[in-house]
Amino acid sequence: MEDILLIQTIERYLKGKMLPEEKTIFEQQRKNIPEIDQMFVEHIMFLNQLEDFAGNQRLKQSLHNVHNQLAKDGIINEGAATTTKAKVIQLWNRYRKVTAIAAVVAGAMALLTSGLVAFFAPVNKLAIQELGQEVEKLKQGQRYQVNKIHEVESKIPKDAEVRGGGSGFLIDNKGYLVTNAHIFKGATFANVYNNGKEYKTKILFIDSEKDLAILKIEDKDFAPLKSLPYGISKQGIDLGEEVFTLGYPKNEIVYNMGYLSAKTGYAGDTLTCQIQMSANPGNSGGPLLNKKGEIIGVISTRQRQAEGVTFAITAKYIYGLVNDLKKSDVAYQNIKLPTYSSIKGMDRVGQIKKIEDCVFLIKAYN
Amino acid sequence: MKAELNEELLLKGLAENNSKAIETIYKQNFNIVQAFILNNNGSYDEARDIFQEAMITLYEKVQTESFVLTCKINTYVYSVCRRLWLKRLQQLGRYSNQIDGFEETLQVEDEIEAHERKNTDFAMMEKALNSIGEPCRTLLESFYIKKIGMQELAKQFGYTNADNAKTQKYKCLLRLKKIFFAQYKMGE
Repeated sequence: MEDILLIQTIERYLKGKMLPEEKTIFEQQRKNIPEIDQMFVEHIMFLNQLEDFAGNQRLKQSLHNVHNQLAKDGIINEGAATTTKAKVIQLWNRYRKVTAIAAVVAGAMALLTSGLVAFFAPVNKLAIQELGQEVEKLKQGQRYQVNKIHEVESKIPKDAEVRGGGSGFLIDNKGYLVTNAHIFKGATFANVYNNGKEYKTKILFIDSEKDLAILKIEDKDFAPLKSLPYGISKQGIDLGEEVFTLGYPKNEIVYNMGYLSAKTGYAGDTLTCQIQMSANPGNSGGPLLNKKGEIIGVISTRQRQAEGVTFAITAKYIYGLVNDLKKSDVAYQNIKLPTYSSIKGMDRVGQIKKIEDCVFLIKAYN
Repeated sequence: MKAELNEELLLKGLAENNSKAIETIYKQNFNIVQAFILNNNGSYDEARDIFQEAMITLYEKVQTESFVLTCKINTYVYSVCRRLWLKRLQQLGRYSNQIDGFEETLQVEDEIEAHERKNTDFAMMEKALNSIGEPCRTLLESFYIKKIGMQELAKQFGYTNADNAKTQKYKCLLRLKKIFFAQYKMGE
């Protein structure tokens, strides 16, 4: 009962309902009796807590009311009484993880199946030869290259071994290169060379099925080009069209020319086209250009038994490849493929001079 | 200038638990927050929870004396929601490092921590209220939360006069206080 009296007194004090004399006495008591002061402080703290709690409860109630009212008015949409689309999204959100796992399993099965099909398929792999440089030859080349740039310290880690090599060309002036996927078999990284300079790269994307890969030069010594001289053609190709390529069958850039002999590749493969041109290991990944200086393909394989029969992956697949890369990683949205060829009217020597700077020797290391 | 004035009025309204102000803030921000939560692995219920939690955090911030408006309401609400949702995802083990939308523009870590401390206190108060029994609980809730006057309460509860109701209220308050502090000390 005493406590209640005290609480009442404290409340009267807080609400300012005390008479002046009463107030003075109360304040005097607080000063003189520590217990009363302690109780006073404690009670104020408690009342504040209760007041806060009450405020919180009232706010929650208001939020609840407002929310329900807005939902009723259709200003906010909670999926319940609405279109199936929202439900699908909600389900999608809920089962996203499960779906992802299912997709991975399905993907793995698809790979397994396609692997089996490829294994039993009648295509005679031995009849065609990938044009990546053979390792032995490249090893020699590596020594040569190292000698050639002996003043500069090589960017190859000391214990790295060459796994394969080929050619590649810029598809964006910021240093994105396209080449063949097969030159990276068993490799973990690749360096590229042009004009006796060596640049480090990052392998961004490999599509083994199309046999195409994207690299990016990530090297402080690399200065982005103002623009690329050639465009990448989306058009179809014409039989008999005169074509040429630049590549690195040896440690030096080599020019070669021929003509388009069939619209499909080996055994009717629609991914590639056939050209009459002698290509050598190392030409792999190099650009195939037409008279106007437009890229119409990527050199990839040659037929073993037939002299001078080479296959190239048609250029439209480069667009697909870049789109796949963009889809897989948001960091590469700024890749812009050139569509206009500025070397259209030039003679071949002039064209080559322009293109040279954009074609690189690639060496893959493990 | 006018927009700023409006924002200030809205915050003032929120501090006073004015339903018109709450509705305006709700209308301006809820759908965006909901989309954000749904896009990042959440449900409608979770969106509602997170948004209301952020509103409460803002309310608590407005209550403090040192409060000054340093940014727009939506910036604040989005930042808090983003932070709260990341925390929730982590707790649920649903964490994915990629969160789409809402750049984190404000450091709201401190506010959220203060808010969480308050929530613990509130949970204690609620527990204490639930354990004092009837009619104490309803009496205190009616008086402190619903702010019903003593006269009215006496009528509702059947006390012969307001003074009796008041005495009863004090008794209940005392009990609540005891339980609350017992928990409080245990919690420490």
